[in-house]
Amino acid sequence: MGLPVVHVATIVPISLTVGANRIVPAVAIPYPLGNPELPDNEERELRLNLVKKALRALQSEVEKQTVFD
Amino acid sequence: MADKKYRVVHYLNQFYAGIGGEAKANIPPLIKEGVVGPGVPLQQALGEEGEIIATVICGDSYFAENIETAAEKVVESVSSHAPDVFVAGPAFNAGRYGIACGAACSAVSKNLGIPVVTAMYEENPALELYRKEVYIIPTANSVRGMKDAIPNMAGFVRKLGLGQSIGLPDEEGYFPRGIRVNQFADRTGAERAVDMLLAKLKGEPFQTEYLMPTFEQIPPSPAIKDLTSATIALVTSGGIVPLGNPDRIEAASASKFVEYNIAKVDDLTAGAYQTCHGGYDPTYANEDPDRVLPLDAMRTLEKDGTIGRLHHLYYVTVGNATSVANAQKFGKEIAERLKEAGVGGVVLTST
Repeated sequence: MGLPVVHVATIVPISLTVGANRIVPAVAIPYPLGNPELPDNEERELRLNLVKKALRALQSEVEKQTVFD
Repeated sequence: MADKKYRVVHYLNQFYAGIGGEAKANIPPLIKEGVVGPGVPLQQALGEEGEIIATVICGDSYFAENIETAAEKVVESVSSHAPDVFVAGPAFNAGRYGIACGAACSAVSKNLGIPVVTAMYEENPALELYRKEVYIIPTANSVRGMKDAIPNMAGFVRKLGLGQSIGLPDEEGYFPRGIRVNQFADRTGAERAVDMLLAKLKGEPFQTEYLMPTFEQIPPSPAIKDLTSATIALVTSGGIVPLGNPDRIEAASASKFVEYNIAKVDDLTAGAYQTCHGGYDPTYANEDPDRVLPLDAMRTLEKDGTIGRLHHLYYVTVGNATSVANAQKFGKEIAERLKEAGVGGVVLTST
């Protein structure tokens, strides 16, 4: 039995090239799950939403490489 | 060049050595003086400059089932003949024979420092296993290709025997080993790249200077059925480590991954964690490492019952210029550990 993995990464084409099957696009290379320009609480909210999206991807059956926009 | 002939030892399986077929595939390595089987035409092709002084023979099953022992025994027999070159095969598309040729060459090269070469078909599974450490010459997929394989092998053996330098794979006719060499070019990279692009747009042939690796596609794993009872693990290639990088993960071309216990950590803070990843501006990750490894968010979702549990270990390496081979090795090992720990899903973050 395989183990589902969601790849949270900024450069989606690379993620596709290396064969990730569940992909959630991230914010930026140096801060994939954050944004230093946002106030602290908004940045935490952004991160929480990205992680929730990643978890939804883990709960989704996929047959081929899928990007969860 | 009449002074001294270079000395060659040749490796064959039981079949090509004329000992027998599958019934004799279990014989351990033995050595015979002089040429045997395909060694005869190989010697003819080498001519007067080189001499095949001995032939090592081993059963394919014996070798494939006892790779280390068999390779050691081959090294022993080869060592006593002190050759200048070791050549194995051709193995064509024979899987066990290919592995024997590759492993024998690899062991002889590593232990005796003698140049080695073998030959096989491009789909022989041994090619991927040994191409990085051994010169492997392409052949047809069956013995019908012997006629072409022998002169190609002989040309290569001759070069190695005379101590000549070996050029690029295309010029010399061997499978690329994935090694990059520096060389001077007449024109800048920008000019060469534009030429390639123009040729591509015109549908003309062009030769890339850096072949991109090909990645295998993995069948997707089934989804998590019940997230509220699942253990989720965090993995990152973004280099988030305890402050000071205690296990010294390399900033580029990582040679390892490390697991860290986060059972008692709810939030990654600047004074306690950092990134050790080279190649991107670390300012933001060092200010708040959760921006790369979202531990704070996972804890929130653990507390509100969205997920069953956050795995108490997280896994980290650095993805900067890390070789595909290493990355695959890390991934496999991390996955095995996570499965053993009963983890149901992974959030993998990359920078």
